[in-house]
Amino acid sequence: MHPAFSVIFLTTLIGVGQGLFLALYTGQLYSVVNVLPVQDSHSFYGLGSLLTLVFLLAGLVASVFHLGRPERAWRTATRWRSSWLSREVIVLPAFIALTALYGVINYYDLNPVLFSLNGEIHVELSLVVGGVNTVLAFALFFCTAMIYACVKFLQEWATPLTVVNYTLLGSASGFSLATAFAAYTGSGLVAFYAAWAVIITLAAFVTRIASLLRNANIKYKSSLRSAIGIRHSNIQQKSCGFMAGSFNTREYFHGATKRKFRSVKWTFLLLVFPLPVLLIGIGLGTSQAQVFALAFAIQYLGLLAERWFFFAQARHPQNLYYQTA
Amino acid sequence: MKQLALVIDLNVCVGCHACVTSCKEWNTSGPAGFLADRNPYDADPSGTFFNRVQTFEIGAYPKTETVHFPKSCLHCEDPPCVPVCPTGASYKRAQDGIVLVDYDKCIGCKYCSWACPYGARELDQNQRVMKKCTLCVDRIYDESLPQSERKPACVLACPTTARLFGDVNDPDSVVSVAIRENGGYQLMPEWGTNPANHYLPRRKTQISIHEDELIRVDNPLKKERQLPMPGSEEQTLDDITSW
Ligand code: SF4
Ligand code: SF4
Ligand code: SF4
Repeated sequence: MHPAFSVIFLTTLIGVGQGLFLALYTGQLYSVVNVLPVQDSHSFYGLGSLLTLVFLLAGLVASVFHLGRPERAWRTATRWRSSWLSREVIVLPAFIALTALYGVINYYDLNPVLFSLNGEIHVELSLVVGGVNTVLAFALFFCTAMIYACVKFLQEWATPLTVVNYTLLGSASGFSLATAFAAYTGSGLVAFYAAWAVIITLAAFVTRIASLLRNANIKYKSSLRSAIGIRHSNIQQKSCGFMAGSFNTREYFHGATKRKFRSVKWTFLLLVFPLPVLLIGIGLGTSQAQVFALAFAIQYLGLLAERWFFFAQARHPQNLYYQTA
Repeated sequence: MKQLALVIDLNVCVGCHACVTSCKEWNTSGPAGFLADRNPYDADPSGTFFNRVQTFEIGAYPKTETVHFPKSCLHCEDPPCVPVCPTGASYKRAQDGIVLVDYDKCIGCKYCSWACPYGARELDQNQRVMKKCTLCVDRIYDESLPQSERKPACVLACPTTARLFGDVNDPDSVVSVAIRENGGYQLMPEWGTNPANHYLPRRKTQISIHEDELIRVDNPLKKERQLPMPGSEEQTLDDITSW
């Protein structure tokens, strides 16, 4: 497939947003059960939600560039019964809205205690809103990944690993950003987020390698023989029906050389996994916020390459009709 | 349930592209707006077509056969391109099984084209909506046309009758008979899309004639014996002509 930059930015940016929100909420949850110190809701959760919103909205803007007719985008919410794309289009604004609500509640401290458990654990409004939003964050990962995983003849994508990778990679980048955010705001959660960022990054490394291995050994169900229905071992295409380009040759071929294709793979394997882990380690040692920020920036760059590779690697069966393209 | 479709006979298609040009001509002139055509007379032309003819060579030289292979939307009975559409712009008509795109609802997200394994859908560069073969839905029901012309433009244009049109779910239709009697098949059956369009394979049309069938050995009445030349006085022209 031809990797579209709009979709690369959309999926990576909202992934960061979702991951960052999950990180904020995890921190809050831990502090409610008194495992972690309570953070200042105004500066930490309020501003953290604002940062989440920035990423989500940037992703939304990127998605507009993918549409031929963005002015009709409202129509996309109508087919949620059958289309994962439609479901994503419903969950994304809901997630954005609840993130904003969560931010407002925390920023202006409109946070009444709704009820208490055992008289010790105080369940505040933001905890409930955040809980619902956490479900939406995971639902959004699921919808986004299922857009690709449900197309069964794009065999590189049609695997549960796609869902796992979208979730883990998005969460990893979000927790990396949360580490940097905690460091800049002088919060006590730096080590907590750093540990989770490393754990999730390593988990994502395992599952992404698993999908690379799976895709390296894929057996394609379609062949030129089944595509034109002629069972002969020696078929050569002499003409694809036109002399210059068409939608079919532009949309489904990545057009990169083998070398570039492979170098993108190694680039993302380096930038997404070992380098951020190393930098987070250095950051913990030196307690410098800039190092955490660098770790996040490098991981995000790596994720752009990862998404490019994800699209480019998928071989669409229609390409069988364009042997010489 | 009715399922209109094309049956394409690879045995007789000569790759003349008449179906391609007639399809473009009909569909670019319709009320739905023209089909994109960028740089038609320049370097790197690119445009929207609903139907394209490709050419394959089968076998090793000199024992090769050239197969011309027209392909348009196959109007799958279980079309994977329809459920993925987030707007409902892509739909399959219940009354005749034609898969269509509502150009006024499509947002040009291209998802349906990803979900078509046959590459039958093309995004129009000007209108920025998805387009594909309509089975000439604006022709086949047009009562202002004579009955014989209520067929897809490509079917009418084909000089070798390589394109048949009809209801594949009616066992007595011309397409069903052709599929049944000539081994008609579907493309990429492995995905369970159940395409309505079928293809008829190459068939060997051979007759074997032996020498004894050219010159009859068994000729009791010596009918073909050459008669001896008559003498110049024996016959007049009137004896041998019948006027
Ligand atoms: S050929 Fe492609 S576009 Fe046409 S109905 Fe089948 S899946 Fe859809
Ligand atoms: S490109 Fe148009 S027809 Fe295709 S899935 Fe998107 S909205 Fe539907
Ligand atoms: S049926 Fe009509 S739209 Fe479809 S390929 Fe033939 S001429 Fe084109």
